[in-house]
Amino acid sequence: MKHEHAKTATQNACKLCNPLGACLAFRGIENCVPFLHGSQGCATYIRRYLISHYKEPIDIASSNFHEETAVFGGSHNLKIGLKNVSEQYKPEVIGVATTCLSETIGDDVPMILREYRKEFKNGSPMPILIHASTPSYQGSHIDGFHAAVHAAVKTLAVKGTQQELINLFPNMVSPADLRHLKEIFGDFGVPVMVLPDYSQTMDGGPWGEYHRIPPGGTPASAITLAGSAKASIEFSSTLEASKSAAEYLKEAFGIPTHRLCLPIGIKESDKFFDLLETLTGKKLPEKYEDERRRLVDAYADGHKYVFEKKVILYGEEDLVIAMTVFLREIGMVPVLCASGGKSGLMKKRIAELVPDMDELGIKVREGVDFVDIEDEAKILQPDFLIGNSKGYTMSRKNNIPLLRLGFPIHDRFGGQRMHHLGYRGTQELFDRIVNTVIEQRQNASSIGYTYM
Amino acid sequence: MEQIGILEGRERQVLEKKSGVAQADIACDTSSLSGSVSQRACVFCGSRVVLYPVADAIHLVHGPIGCAAYTWDIRGAVSSGPELHRLSFSTDLQEMDVIYGGEKKLYHSLIELIEQYKPKAAFIYSTCIVGLIGDDIEAVCKKVARETGIPVLPVHSEGFKGTKKDGYKAACHALMKLIGTGSTEDISKYSINILGEFNLAGEAWIIRQYYEKMGIEVVATLTGDGRIDAVRRAHGATLNVVQCSGSMTWLAKEMEEKYGIPYIRVSYFGIEDMSKSLYDVAVKFPDRPDIMEAAKRIVSEEVKTLYPSLQKFKKALTGKKAAIYVGGAFKTFSLIKALRSIGMSVVLAGSQTGNKDDYARLKEMCDEGTVIVDDSNPVELSKFILEKGADLLIGGVKERPIAFKLGIGFCDHNHERKIPLAGFIGMYNFALEVYQSVMSPVWQFAPRKGGSL
Repeated sequence: MKHEHAKTATQNACKLCNPLGACLAFRGIENCVPFLHGSQGCATYIRRYLISHYKEPIDIASSNFHEETAVFGGSHNLKIGLKNVSEQYKPEVIGVATTCLSETIGDDVPMILREYRKEFKNGSPMPILIHASTPSYQGSHIDGFHAAVHAAVKTLAVKGTQQELINLFPNMVSPADLRHLKEIFGDFGVPVMVLPDYSQTMDGGPWGEYHRIPPGGTPASAITLAGSAKASIEFSSTLEASKSAAEYLKEAFGIPTHRLCLPIGIKESDKFFDLLETLTGKKLPEKYEDERRRLVDAYADGHKYVFEKKVILYGEEDLVIAMTVFLREIGMVPVLCASGGKSGLMKKRIAELVPDMDELGIKVREGVDFVDIEDEAKILQPDFLIGNSKGYTMSRKNNIPLLRLGFPIHDRFGGQRMHHLGYRGTQELFDRIVNTVIEQRQNASSIGYTYM
Repeated sequence: MEQIGILEGRERQVLEKKSGVAQADIACDTSSLSGSVSQRACVFCGSRVVLYPVADAIHLVHGPIGCAAYTWDIRGAVSSGPELHRLSFSTDLQEMDVIYGGEKKLYHSLIELIEQYKPKAAFIYSTCIVGLIGDDIEAVCKKVARETGIPVLPVHSEGFKGTKKDGYKAACHALMKLIGTGSTEDISKYSINILGEFNLAGEAWIIRQYYEKMGIEVVATLTGDGRIDAVRRAHGATLNVVQCSGSMTWLAKEMEEKYGIPYIRVSYFGIEDMSKSLYDVAVKFPDRPDIMEAAKRIVSEEVKTLYPSLQKFKKALTGKKAAIYVGGAFKTFSLIKALRSIGMSVVLAGSQTGNKDDYARLKEMCDEGTVIVDDSNPVELSKFILEKGADLLIGGVKERPIAFKLGIGFCDHNHERKIPLAGFIGMYNFALEVYQSVMSPVWQFAPRKGGSL
């Protein structure tokens, strides 16, 4: 569409920067400290942003660039920083992600890390160092997330005798989703290596004493075994092969890769569970058959509320694609599928999964901000918005209800415990969607029915 | 429990008050140690927080998306009118911009945003990368100012070029360029500016009301509920009243030098300091005894209602222990007094950016055995909270999960708060919040209170 105004600047961004995603992913490795090679502010802002969603302490170290660092290079600061983190946190792993600053001055981080290993091998504890390149002037937070997962696998995985193990790269999902996925694999009775797994580090219990690093996460030793798994499953529709951990494992160790859409909705969840049946040779446990039956029943009970409701969807591209498929199977119309990300693949993927998208008037836009989405909303007149809580500003201004999901959720409680995946996650989403419609109708009613 | 040590290189930034022995001054005003997980932010953050509440200007962050995204609608600074400050604008620099320069993108962004939003001025924040690629921000700003007719002010806030304090200074520098460009006609002789009051949850309105009741004109609040036109005529005030001393003392000194306006430091937190901040202003207008009379009347009326309402809290909280870790040291002084007035003692006090004098004064105020820290980190804070058996932590968002994980109460005294804590009513809110958090029955399940892990 044409803008009311020319638009060079990004206004109310619908994305975050690359290093944020890397910090979150590194948090999903056991005994790992995320470390940003750049200014202090990057680490502090990202910590604050993550804390407001997860409500958990998240220590992110920084190499604390100063003027002389920027002039002479960050090598010295990075080494001192690694040494200090090693001593204070005693981590098993340090996940080093770069920033726009260290990338622009051209620090050769892999070389600095090699030097560090040599220089400090005696005397200091020597954690495993993983390096992800995450310049903030490229991509968005989801790219940093995948870069960290890719880097961890590349650093740690080795070839071994094939085991009854499945690698799962679940994408940027909630701690509740991660717990659910692990439960599914447990019920199928098959060992799984989930990366990242911040289900406990970003949503854990109380502490009796201070933990330098919160308990939980996938151990480095488990990631090492990723090279001997019998298959990898990766939930992503838009990730390039060169950035995919599963594709790396396929190329390096010949591990078969199964890439699926995020399993939201019955159809995509079926694909996931069918795959698990095939890979394990076991039948879907009764528990999930039950969950599916209840979901089908709920669809019937709630179908009239949602049919042909118009929605604007926004968020990470993979999430938007999966949600689009789900909304279509319950009869809703995502009139705009929007993302701040720019893979160039979102429209193609949606067209593959929703072949009649053009007839339905489903519009797909990448690389947008919330002002773009707001401009679209004025024309498209959606019944509600579905996305993270950063859409609240435009939701309030334009009086369009917002159903919150994904990340970040800064203005509601419990975002980290929200389910999105599988029959269970879909059930939760469906209930919330139906209730959003009911609430809207009830509020708008002059009578105020008590049965809706 | 595992022993937690202080990081090598930080020992001099931590001190436990002991009387009767010579103790070296606490080391401060240093840059953060690499790898220490400082609770500080960067130069950009300092500038952004100071200028953020100016509501009729656009705030354009020149750099990659993160810096703008993480500061979108971040402060609880409210406006009585325009709300441009609650929008997030970024040049969202991409790789090609980094290679070829971002000046054109900056220029077009500015022209378009000014056309679209019709602001009274524009602040352009430089981020780290701009300091490296060498964009001539000054030149672009001048050009746009010429073409649009509004002030377009560069803020030199490259994240790595110093600490948060340097960011404060860069912001003040931009404000100094505005001050003196408006008319001072009709400004009363009995007038002040309030500096370093950001109108979080409407606090500036509460304070302003007290002064106005005393018969004093408030020319400009810098920057709470800020307006460009008010800033431009701030040089017409007779006195500068500096609240957040860390961020605005530099501006007060500049204004003193350039315009001969004297300044005083005040704090609006707690009964004692709030009252003093009214008296200290009244004293400056000796030819108008009615101003002092009014100040006394306000204090007496406010305290008469406030004092009895605090007794319930005091009764419950007496003997409880608090830890304080905030941005500026000046706030810790008030908080110690405020906590004492509700029966609480302070076992840990620290700040991100205090200076030598601040820490000397802090040490003087604190009880024996109180730990004082500069530029601390989560590991240290947790260590002292546990060792000293604190029941409450006062800090910001980044400190909150530390308190809750360890099972102690928390009060947000940072810029995201949504309840006013300044003024007499603010003292009530503060006591209420502390009471609600410390006395909550949920802590019975915390492991440190005997709950299971």
